[in-house]
Amino acid sequence: MKLKRFIGCFCMVLAAVVLATIQHNDALAAYPDKPINYIISFNPGGESDVTARLQQSHLEKILGVTVNVTHKPGGGGAVAWSEFQRTARPDGYTIIGVNIPHIIAQPMERKDTGYTTDGFELIMWFHFTPNALIVQRDGDIKTLADFIKLAKAKPKAVTVAGSGTYSANHLDALRLDKLAGIQTTYVPHTGTGPIIPALMGGHVTSTMNYTMVGVQYKDKLRTLAVAADARVAMLPDVPTFKELGYDIVGGAYRGVAVPKGTPPDIVKKLTDAFLKTTDLIAAKQREMGFEITTATGKQAIDLVARMKADYGGILSELEAQKK
Amino acid sequence: MDICLQAMGALAHPKMILLIFGGVTIGLFAGAMPGLTATMALAVLLPFTFTMTPLDGLVALGAVYMGAIYGGSFAAILVNTPGTPSSIATAFEGYPMAKQGRALEAISVATVASAIGGIAGVLFLLFLAPPLALLSIRFGPAEYFWVAMLGLTLIATLSEGSVFKGFLGGTIGIMLGTIGLSPVGGESRFTLGIPVMQGGIEMIVALIGLFVIPELYNMAALGRASLGAVSVADKEKSSFWRVAAKVFSKPGNLIRSCIIGEIIAIMPGAGGNIANLVAYNEAKRASKTPERFGTGTTEGLIASESSNNVTVAGSMVPLLTLGIPGAPPDAVILGVMLLHGLRPGIELFTTSGVLTYAFIFSMGLAAIAMVPVGLLGGRLIYRVIFRTPHFFLVPTIGLATIVGTFALRNSLSDVMIMLILGTTGYLLKQIGIASAPIVLGLILGTIAEVGYVQAILGGAAYRFPWFRLFENPLSWILIAMVVVSAAWPFLLALKRRMWSAEKVNKGGAK
Repeated sequence: MKLKRFIGCFCMVLAAVVLATIQHNDALAAYPDKPINYIISFNPGGESDVTARLQQSHLEKILGVTVNVTHKPGGGGAVAWSEFQRTARPDGYTIIGVNIPHIIAQPMERKDTGYTTDGFELIMWFHFTPNALIVQRDGDIKTLADFIKLAKAKPKAVTVAGSGTYSANHLDALRLDKLAGIQTTYVPHTGTGPIIPALMGGHVTSTMNYTMVGVQYKDKLRTLAVAADARVAMLPDVPTFKELGYDIVGGAYRGVAVPKGTPPDIVKKLTDAFLKTTDLIAAKQREMGFEITTATGKQAIDLVARMKADYGGILSELEAQKK
Repeated sequence: MDICLQAMGALAHPKMILLIFGGVTIGLFAGAMPGLTATMALAVLLPFTFTMTPLDGLVALGAVYMGAIYGGSFAAILVNTPGTPSSIATAFEGYPMAKQGRALEAISVATVASAIGGIAGVLFLLFLAPPLALLSIRFGPAEYFWVAMLGLTLIATLSEGSVFKGFLGGTIGIMLGTIGLSPVGGESRFTLGIPVMQGGIEMIVALIGLFVIPELYNMAALGRASLGAVSVADKEKSSFWRVAAKVFSKPGNLIRSCIIGEIIAIMPGAGGNIANLVAYNEAKRASKTPERFGTGTTEGLIASESSNNVTVAGSMVPLLTLGIPGAPPDAVILGVMLLHGLRPGIELFTTSGVLTYAFIFSMGLAAIAMVPVGLLGGRLIYRVIFRTPHFFLVPTIGLATIVGTFALRNSLSDVMIMLILGTTGYLLKQIGIASAPIVLGLILGTIAEVGYVQAILGGAAYRFPWFRLFENPLSWILIAMVVVSAAWPFLLALKRRMWSAEKVNKGGAK
């Protein structure tokens, strides 16, 4: 009797497993055959959102299914990322926008972030916005040398606004302090938005921000230096920090990821679609002040590892200073 | 002048009129849904503008924005639930009016006030943009701190009955606002180790929970909807011309509310959500019969609805001249402009003058379009809500509320937070702590914190960093306003006491 029941149970489990596998294979063969949910972990209207909207129609054409852009803002992105790693199914129908340094710095800094840096299967990093040191156009500071001279003369009085704490902006402001031997005061803001009026109104001396700000507000603001390997196309007259003798290269990367464990051929399909899309919207993206990158696969993982080492060093130094 | 004529020419096209009316209608219904804010409506419609010409896209979105801010008043009047945070004060007067069977009158007043506010905002934008833009960037962290303090003094006005209970509510709100990531430092606070709590309590989630849920409990408990039937006399009173005459009969209130709306609109980050409350407060203070506020006065309704629609075009002042969004929905408009390669700045008025002026004029037209759309739409919504029996109405609104809350951030936890807050809010109401001060504390607590921390940080080189809070003349003005506003209810009480004492003395002499 018992044996019979056991066999019965066993058969049912087996059938369930087989059925699940068949369905799984079906899903593979046809991918994608239903709408894809593209989660943005920031507010509508932000840079991540605008980029996703530009990609949306091209992705739909290439993949042949609807791509829904949905927003789940909060916690500097952590709310969406933690829920994604906890609940998203690795079937390629849920994809999410990811940002460096957020996904590196947040798990390092917070106890309850709820996700890990390496818990994503990266599709690609599609664009890069280098940091830039920006001041008022008509102020006394005309060059990086002026800025450093002023900061040396008045320690702590020179303020540097940036978006967020332990963000790309913050970390490069700290690097500049260290390399130039100066003491500035970093003032975190809730995003790039509120920094512009603060800078124009003279409530802060400068901002370590993204090159986009320098491009968009060219007539009101002056970019002193950019934290890129080479000069930025939209700001050809602005030197890099490297040219001026400070080895600072940094900024924010935007990319897209799927849950760990997503089948490789789905990852490949999405990667190809995003590569093509990136190519199609490249001109528009450059106009808006972004630099295009196409880091996929191992390249994408290596980029995270490199940035992790960079930021880890600065963060642990900062922690040591606090103590 | 030439540019202005060309701009008008660009708008004199049936397609443009269609875009404006369509946009206002969509905005109106989006605004009337609690949970669908103006920002969300614009963000959802953003992709549709990709294929349009820049002018078409801007005109359509401008009309949606205008309609959404106005549409929030319907839910406020008919269900005591601000459809958007911009019509919180509208509910204070509009709902009591609806209860008395004056729903149609309230809707008409809100419509006329909104249209006037919308047009006033356009006029500010047309004639005073450059000086207002300069004023807008004078607001630094210290000024934001004082503006928030000024806002908190409103609690004294908003609390029905006990001022102490009002401040208790405000404190609860401020404390709710500290949950999640700290806005400046980024530390996670009071999250109880739950990752999703890093997102904190979103203001609109609290708004929906604290306003809608208690009302639903109320309706369920009473066993009937609380709207009064509209009498024939009221139908006459709600006719457009009579209402317009009534609204214009107190020009002081209108002008004051419009100026308040404009000043708050140009402050980056603050919009209709604060403007309507400040304007309401000032209307009450200036009124000869402040004790009647909260019982269904048209004055308060006019103040709230005109000031919030001023912010639509008004918040475009820093956007179009400096490229700084004056209120959250403007960030989406900025996105559209950037996508079309338009760089906001004063040269926008010269290099793309026709487009810019046409966009500004179109917002004025949208304000006018609100009158027919709103009067018709308002009657329709009123009829639906009034005719539906409460046992359909309560679950329907409940469901819409849950869906709206979920849609906000696609988060089920937000729905839970909303329901918990709503239930708590209902219980608090039973012991006399109203919802409005709680929401106010939540909105202003964060602004005050950001301003305070940034001001103190910026003063790192000073011997006393807090000195930065008192540095600028603009801060001094605001401090003076805080003092006056905080002392006002007490002065008023004192005056009344002296007056009645005098009367008693006189009586004794007889």
